[in-house]
Amino acid sequence: METLLQQIVNGLVVGSVYALVALGYTMVYGILGLINFAHGDVLMVGALVALQVVLFLQKAFPLLGAVPTLLIALTVAMAVCMALGYIIERTAYRRLRNAPRLAPLITAIGVSFLLQTLAMIIWGRNYHSFPQLITTTPLQPVEGVFITPVQIIILVSSALLMTGLILLVNKTRLGRAMRATAENHRVASLMGVDTNKIIATTFIIGSALAAVAGVMFSSNYGVAHYAMGFTPGLKAFTAAVLGGIGNLGGAMVGGVVLGLVESIGAGYLGSATDLCHLPSWAQSASLIETCANGGSFELLSSNYQDIFAFVILGIVLIFRPTGLLGERVSDRA
Amino acid sequence: MYELAEAVPWLGSRNPRAARGVVLALMLIAPMIALSAGNTWVRILDFALLYVMLALGLNLVVGFAGLLDLGYIAFYAVGAYTWAFLASPHFGLHLPFWIVLPAGAGFAALAGLILGAPVLRLRGDYLAIVTLGFGEIVRIFMNNLNHPINITNGPQGVNMLDSLSLFGWDISRHIQITDDFKINSLVLFYYVFLLCVVGSVIVIRRLQLSRVGRAWAAIRDDELAAKAIGINVRNMKLLAFSMGATFGGVAGGLFGSFQGFVSPESFSLMESIAILTMVVFGGMGNLGGVILGAIALSLLPELLRSVALPVQQALFGHVILDPEVLRMLLLSLAMIFMMLLRPAGLLPAHARYSRPELAGAGRITE
Repeated sequence: METLLQQIVNGLVVGSVYALVALGYTMVYGILGLINFAHGDVLMVGALVALQVVLFLQKAFPLLGAVPTLLIALTVAMAVCMALGYIIERTAYRRLRNAPRLAPLITAIGVSFLLQTLAMIIWGRNYHSFPQLITTTPLQPVEGVFITPVQIIILVSSALLMTGLILLVNKTRLGRAMRATAENHRVASLMGVDTNKIIATTFIIGSALAAVAGVMFSSNYGVAHYAMGFTPGLKAFTAAVLGGIGNLGGAMVGGVVLGLVESIGAGYLGSATDLCHLPSWAQSASLIETCANGGSFELLSSNYQDIFAFVILGIVLIFRPTGLLGERVSDRA
Repeated sequence: MYELAEAVPWLGSRNPRAARGVVLALMLIAPMIALSAGNTWVRILDFALLYVMLALGLNLVVGFAGLLDLGYIAFYAVGAYTWAFLASPHFGLHLPFWIVLPAGAGFAALAGLILGAPVLRLRGDYLAIVTLGFGEIVRIFMNNLNHPINITNGPQGVNMLDSLSLFGWDISRHIQITDDFKINSLVLFYYVFLLCVVGSVIVIRRLQLSRVGRAWAAIRDDELAAKAIGINVRNMKLLAFSMGATFGGVAGGLFGSFQGFVSPESFSLMESIAILTMVVFGGMGNLGGVILGAIALSLLPELLRSVALPVQQALFGHVILDPEVLRMLLLSLAMIFMMLLRPAGLLPAHARYSRPELAGAGRITE
């Protein structure tokens, strides 16, 4: 029971990070119909810039407390990522807005690898340890279930950010313009919406969220790396599809669901595929021997955790391409 | 061939026949030229030919049928691991190449079907992501199938693969003809690979001009219309996936025999992307373009390596950009700028085989 609760806690934390990244994918997809492959790498840039700033501040102003250091780092990372998002949109995607569907996708892959390469040049190939500014001593709300303060902060701040985004999209003038552009570019521009500006804004907002997610990711796992954006990026995309791409609420639900499935699945995958649970008539002699000695014969271990996202992605796209909450059809490509 | 010949500067348009001769002669004497610069360069040429084969196979899926496959390297892996399982001390099997190579091709084709069947309904970017996921799944399995039963030997990979032996010759050994004249094994591999490439080109060319090729072009240009004129879209797409995979499988087998060692590291997403870049860079749907793209993008990083390293040493006293970084930089920039400036590639496909929308993609309509 504790294991399950613990996995739920972990799943919620990871899931809320996925949700933040998924929002970026889903906003861009909703407006442009483009999978912004480089989004995961914006997350990576955010994390690494934040790391750099934290290291600098610790050296230059050692008296600055942990919280201000982290906040300054976060702000700088967000600013850099927002600029990056704008530059990417402006240089790589805008010209291809009316090109055939494969062209922007291939460009996006190129941008993603370009960012990784540049990060590799700047920060090297090594894993950098991300300083733990906030105490990592885990709290124990329930006996046997641990949650670190960092994780609590992640949960709270991502909830706040998502609420903010929903309010922005649904209540403000800018949000209305974004929704109109997503509905129909041309008509929106006839109605006086500067669609170019709206699209750029969308990229900027998405990148800012990705920067926050990157800092969260790094603080949670304590590492930063030039290729760290790829896997969460892909998983966040899965989350966006799972929730229904183009749908903000869907991205959040998808992120949390994916995080939970992955974490609970990884916790139980080993024992679920343990052949020692087979009835004894189905076991071979050598297997019985292994099991009798208290051993196990797990076909799949938690090393396969990353497969969940892909399998879920495949299943959703094939059987329910509109996602859990979505209304868009996968056929548009 | 024809497209390549046409691309020969000056001569191509005036005397296509002579141009074809030039291309052929270049391909035949290339290893000799490379040999004078050292064995490394012959090795690089050998790899370039493997990339040509991979690019040709991927072009079948992306260029002809219009299905963006980002997990293509998985089929290469299937071919290479088939070779590793059937012809190495790992399982103690040492089957001859005429069993192993077709087996690798067959398994790869099967993998193509397995991938193709569920994703038939997906198009464009969704298809890209799912195939990418497929590639990653295959890699994760390669990395982890060493426990509880050791099948793939995990991240260490399998080594001591049997080499290719033709009619009793082991071509990984030098052939001593006279006392001071011997044929380098790398050169032998080059000609074997060249033969395979030429064979693939002939097969693919025929396919392209056949009913199947035209059906693929129709599906690529407009799936609904293709369905309406009676093309069996499902079967044709499956065929594209498995045919493309077959070439990947053969290339994988050859890679295994050439390298003598396979590990999951060789089959990363980066490689899939690299092959896609070659196809895109050269010109999707155009055989000559694809070949040119593959050769250019596998030789350029090596040329850069040999130029950039000494230059960096001289300028800064140490190496700032190592060759792998240079390669990634080159590939990603090639991808971005090609799409922005010349979306149809270096040698665009002839109008007859091209998608009209792509041909006009360079125009900016804002």
